[in-house]
This record gives sequence, structure tokens and C-alpha cells, in this order.
Amino acid sequence: MSSQEKVLTSKDLRTGMRARVAGVEEGQELCPRLLELGLLPGTEFRVTKVAPLGCPVEIDVRGYRLCLRKSETGCLKLVSLEDQEEIAG
Amino acid sequence: MVETSAKKRVALVGNPNAGKTSLFNALTGLHQKTGNYPGVTVEKSEGECQLTFQKVDVVDVPGLYSLTPVSTDEEVATSVLLDEGADLVVYVLDGSNIERNLFLFSQLADHDLNVVVALTMTDILMRSGGDFDIARLSTLLGVEVVPVIPHKGIGIPELKEAMERAIEDPHTLELDVGFPKVVMDAADRLADHMNRRGIALGLREARCVLLDEHCTTADRFRDLPEHIAAIEEERKAVLGASGQGRTLDAQARYAWAERVRKESILPPQNKKRSKSEIADAFLTHRVFGLLFFLGLMYLVFQSIYTFAAPLMDLIEAGKTALANWVSPMLESTPMVQSLVVDGVIEGVGSVFVFLPQIVILFFFIAVLEGTGYLARAAFLMDKLLGWCGLNGRAFIPLLSSFACAIPGVMAARVMPDQRSRLLTVLVAPLMSCSARLPVYLLLIGAIIEPKYGPAWAGFALFAMHFVGLIVAIPIVFILNRKISKGRRLPFMLELPKYQWPKWRDVFLTLTSRSKVFLQTAGTIIFAMSVLIWALLTFPQAKPGTYQKEYEALSVERQSQISEDEFAELRQREDSALGRFGRTIEPVFAPAGFDWRITTAILAAFPAREVVVPAMGILFGTGADVDEGSPKMVQSMQKATWPDGRPLMTVWSSISLMVFFALCCQCMATLAAVKRETNSWKWAAFSFGYMTTLAYIFSVVINQIGLAVSK
Repeated sequence: MSSQEKVLTSKDLRTGMRARVAGVEEGQELCPRLLELGLLPGTEFRVTKVAPLGCPVEIDVRGYRLCLRKSETGCLKLVSLEDQEEIAG
Repeated sequence: MVETSAKKRVALVGNPNAGKTSLFNALTGLHQKTGNYPGVTVEKSEGECQLTFQKVDVVDVPGLYSLTPVSTDEEVATSVLLDEGADLVVYVLDGSNIERNLFLFSQLADHDLNVVVALTMTDILMRSGGDFDIARLSTLLGVEVVPVIPHKGIGIPELKEAMERAIEDPHTLELDVGFPKVVMDAADRLADHMNRRGIALGLREARCVLLDEHCTTADRFRDLPEHIAAIEEERKAVLGASGQGRTLDAQARYAWAERVRKESILPPQNKKRSKSEIADAFLTHRVFGLLFFLGLMYLVFQSIYTFAAPLMDLIEAGKTALANWVSPMLESTPMVQSLVVDGVIEGVGSVFVFLPQIVILFFFIAVLEGTGYLARAAFLMDKLLGWCGLNGRAFIPLLSSFACAIPGVMAARVMPDQRSRLLTVLVAPLMSCSARLPVYLLLIGAIIEPKYGPAWAGFALFAMHFVGLIVAIPIVFILNRKISKGRRLPFMLELPKYQWPKWRDVFLTLTSRSKVFLQTAGTIIFAMSVLIWALLTFPQAKPGTYQKEYEALSVERQSQISEDEFAELRQREDSALGRFGRTIEPVFAPAGFDWRITTAILAAFPAREVVVPAMGILFGTGADVDEGSPKMVQSMQKATWPDGRPLMTVWSSISLMVFFALCCQCMATLAAVKRETNSWKWAAFSFGYMTTLAYIFSVVINQIGLAVSK
């Protein structure tokens, strides 16, 4: 879509950042639950909080807030959407 | 499904945090604790609900994200719902989080259920300028939808009417989520293939088999290789090489949920930051958030020490008054007098005196939980607990364990996977429970406070609560490597909006906790007090036995202790328990414990609370006790080794406190560990590793102390 898209790893997530799930690897151990929670290919979300120690992060996805660990979103391929207008944390 | 003559069964089903428990309370009137962290209703709770024409049984099914269970709790929930069956499902739909909540709803349609929807959290959306089209939602879902605000009772009569209608005139939930045509065609072909070969397979089942290789229906074909080939072929046709069936399934359901939301809900209009978000900017801030957390924890433990003091003095005074009142009445039978005064009143009273502190601690836990801060604490602490194999959710069981390990061990059920659950159960008893408080308070009050003042006393109490926590970290780290059971689940948590705690819930928590505590004091502690008294009183020595020994003492010693006091001490030393304590004194001597402390520790193995009454009896009561100061503190300060060295130095009292911090002296906890892990092996393991740790640590501390003070 946007020309600003670039591939992200979960380590890059910062407060206020917008990202989109570009793909999932269903075979991974932790993936099915993430699918059930609504993190699907094409789903966009915004990072609302990063815990003081860097992890977990809270995201706003499908109108609700969900805290996940960065290390446990490995099955999601993420791309960043330009992070505009958001107040940086 | 269920015979019609019996009372109808209604199952409350929904996502965690959807407001299920509140609705359950509103329907049944039977009270249950509601909380903000996930999985409060892990245990199956049932109640009765009076509808207009009939009474029905209501089952509060544990919160679920999906009917494909991944955790033990979800297995319980799905089996309650699908195996036991229900005449009616009341689906609790969180109106503020409708898409995710509709995902589970869409799965209900695969199981021939009779459903009514209770729409909760409508007030949250309304307040931010959004709105619902209930009629439209009802049409789209194909069932009655009743908006409710359970804790205010709003919508409850309407919901009951809807439930009655649905029970009288049941309909099976039918839903067309709109799976891609290629999926439905393949399912059609597959069902046809099986049916022609005499195997019953419905369309929905066929779809499940196609999209999810773990689908339970697929198990039916495990031993029929010729059919598996057919399934594989259709799977390839639908999914191509990727094989991502569950993604396809979730995408179809979420696409449907999104359509439903767009058609029936006007989203929030004012986008300005909510009060909770503003608060969180501070409370989860990387610097202030952590400082606030630490400060708050410090405040909690300081106030336990400070606020409880006057109440404890009051109870102490009451105990003395009671003893003084009862004592003369039993003058004629010294044995009974001693049993009642020294055994029962002293024993039970010395435990009862800690009630104020337990109430204060539970008050803080209940308030923090009620406001939503506990979930933030889990958010803040996850990284810290996570690297060694636990997660932020363990914070809740671990924090509860600071009150009592038993609810803590039971609260470990909120851990979503077996492994972290077991780890939590094993280390929860290391947290400093309130039963350890008496020992800390006694020793800090007797030894540390007089020497260093109240500020250091408060700090010492604070520090003692961290000993177990710090020791737990390497333990978890090691155990995590050794245990390899259960499948891993992602850590997930939702931070609820901040709110004022519901004072009724706080009050109910406090009363129920206090009741449990007093029951223990009234039964186990009572019995143990009597037993210890007896073991310390018998066998009785003849009067005058110790006269010669006393006369042989140096003049200096004689000036410190009267003959009667000496005889009493020697009598205890020669009692059954005293002899046993003295036999094994050498084992504990390196830790700085004499036979009296050793004996008290032995007596306290079934329940650590017993140690204080035991020490009270063992240290005896001198004749020349000051009016103002508690007897036990005085006699502990005065206690010496036989050679006159003071028994309780700062180091030996720290050693003793650390011993109590780490030792597993609680039968009830071990029983809880056994129950939760379903094996005595883990209970024995808990006891073994904790006792070993306690012994090693207290010996090391005392030896350091001896070296330093030389």
C-alpha cells in the first residue's frame, strides 16, 4: 500500500508506532492463539505502551488493547506503517 | 440434549473479562469475587436463578478465547459447554470489544446450541459517544440480544425474560459466517465422499477437518488411511501449498465479525485520551512507573507494620485481661490453670494478635485488584519474572502468597500453561506469607528495633519480604530447565480501565480471609498449642529437683535469675519436647539456634504460626516482667546460652528470620501443592528443597555473623 512500508521485527516496536501484520507462520507453537485473538494477515495495530523494562508491549488491535511479549510474536511478519500524528511516548 | 423434566441448565459463556462473573452474580445473587486479571472464575461456579415460571441452574463457564482449547482452563470450559451440554447458553458479549468477542460466538454456531446474547460494557461505549443498534445486532447474530449492566441490575429482568422465552421455545443458533466458496465446495465434496462410504460427516465437520488438522473430528479418520488421502487432496485444493487452514478459518470469522460491528455499532466519537490513559502515561512510565510500584509496595509493608500496631496492642491487652480473669478461677487445679493460661490463651492469643495485619494486607491486595492496578503490576513485572521462566501473571499468585501461600498456590491456575503453572506452585510458598509475620515482628521488635530504631525495623520487615522472592529467581531458573511438560502459550494480558474498587467486594474478601485465618487459629493452632504445652509440661519433675543445680550457679548468674525461674526453665528443658530439642540441638547450633528455638521450630513444622506460642511457652515468663513491655520480647532479650552469651544477637535473629522465610512449615500449603500438581512427589519436593535452603542460609548467615562480630 504505502510506499513508506518497511519490514519490522518485534524488537523495533515503539510507543505510538503503527504496524501491519503482513503474514503469519501458522506452524509455530504460539501462533494459533494469536490468530484467535485477531492478529491476521492484513490486520493493522498501534503500539500504545511499552513496559518500562522494554517488554511486554500493549497494542491497540481491532478496537481492544492487548499486551504481548515481543519475543512471542515471532510468527507474525510485521511491516511498519508510517508513524504519523501519534504522540511519541 | 438434557432431559426435560429436570431443572434446565444455563451456561454463561464468554471471553475472559467480558463481565461474566458480574452477570453471574446478578443472576444468581450468589456472591463471587470479580477481578480484573484473567481467569478469576477458573473454578466452575454454579448457582440458581429464578425466572418467572421456573428455576434454572446457572453455570459460570471459565472464560474462553476459542473453542479450540489450548490451556487446561479452556479444556474445562469447553468440556462443561460441549460435553455436559446446556439447555441454553447465555453468551456474554463485551460491547467495548465486539470483534474479538464475536470470534468465539461464531464458533458456538458449530455446535448446535440454543443461545441468548447479554451485551455488556455498553456504558463504556456510550460514554465515549458511540452507540449500538440492538435490533440490527440481533438480526445479524440470529439470536435475542439484551443489553445489561450487571452490577447496577440494569437489563437483568429483560435478560431473564429472554432466557425464559429461549428455554420454552429453543432455537439452534445458525450462522453463516461466509467461508470462501472454495472451502465450502471442498467441504461439500468431502462430506459427500464420506457419506457415500457410509461415514456420517456433516458440512461443518468437513470444514473443520479441512481447515484444522487438530480438529477433533479428524481423529475419526486416523485409522482409515484411504480417507486421509481424500482429506489431504481436498486440503491441498483449498489451501494450496501453504497449508494455513487456521489462518483461513480465523480470517473468515473476523471478516464476518468486522461486518457485524460496522453494521450495528457506531464507534466512539471523542478520541481524546481517557483518564486511564493519562494515568497510565505515569503509572507505566519507564521511570516513574517503576518508582511508583516500588514505593507502593514499600508503603503497603510499612503500613502493615505501623497501622496494625495499636490494634495489636489492644488484642494483646485483651489477652492479658482474659488470662488474669480466668487464672484465679482455676487456682485450685494448677495443671488446668497452666493448660488454659499458658497453653490455650497464650497459644491462640499469640496468633489471633496478627489478625489486624492480615486484614490490612488483604485490604491492599483487594483494593489494588479492584482498581485495576494489579494488572499493571503484571505488565511492569513481566520482563523481570519472564527471563527466568515465569511471566507477569505469576505476579498475582506470588503476591497473594505474601498473604498466604494457599490461595497463592491455588491462584496459580491462572497461569495459562502447565509449565509456568507448576513453577509458580513450587515457588509460591517461598513468598513471605503472613504467618511468617509473627516471627519477623517478634524478632525485629525484640532485637532490631531496640538497637537501631523504628526506621530500620520497618526496613528490616520490608527486606524480609524480599528474601523469598530473591531466592525464588534462581530456583525458577533451574527448575525451568528441568521441567519440560506442557505446551507453551503466549503471554497475554489486558489492562482494564482504572476504576474505584467495589467496596462490597473488598469487604467480602476481607471477611472471608479473616474467617479462614480465625478458623485456623481456632482449630489447628488451638490443638497444637495444647499439644506443645503437654509435651513441654510432662514428664513433671519433683519439686526441689533443681535446687542443688541452682545453688551451684555463680553468684552473678543467680542475681540474673531467681530459683523459681530457673526451675521452670530446667523443667522445660527436661520435658519430652525439650529433650528431643536438645538431642538435635547440635544440628541447628551452627545456625545460632539453641534447644529452645530448635524445639519451637520442630513444633512449628505442621504450621509455622505455632512457633510464636511455642517460643512463648519455651522462653517462659519471668516473675519480674515490666508492666509495659510484652513478656515474650523481654524474655527473648534476656535469653542466654548456658555460658551466659546472649542467645538472640542481631545475626542470630536474622538467621532465624531467614530460616522462617525459606522453610516450608505448613501442612496446608503442602496439601494445596499436592492438590494442584496432583502428585505427592511435588509436595515432597517443595518441602525438601525449602527446608534445605532454609538450613543452608541460616547457617551461612549465623557463621558470617560470628566471624564479623569477633
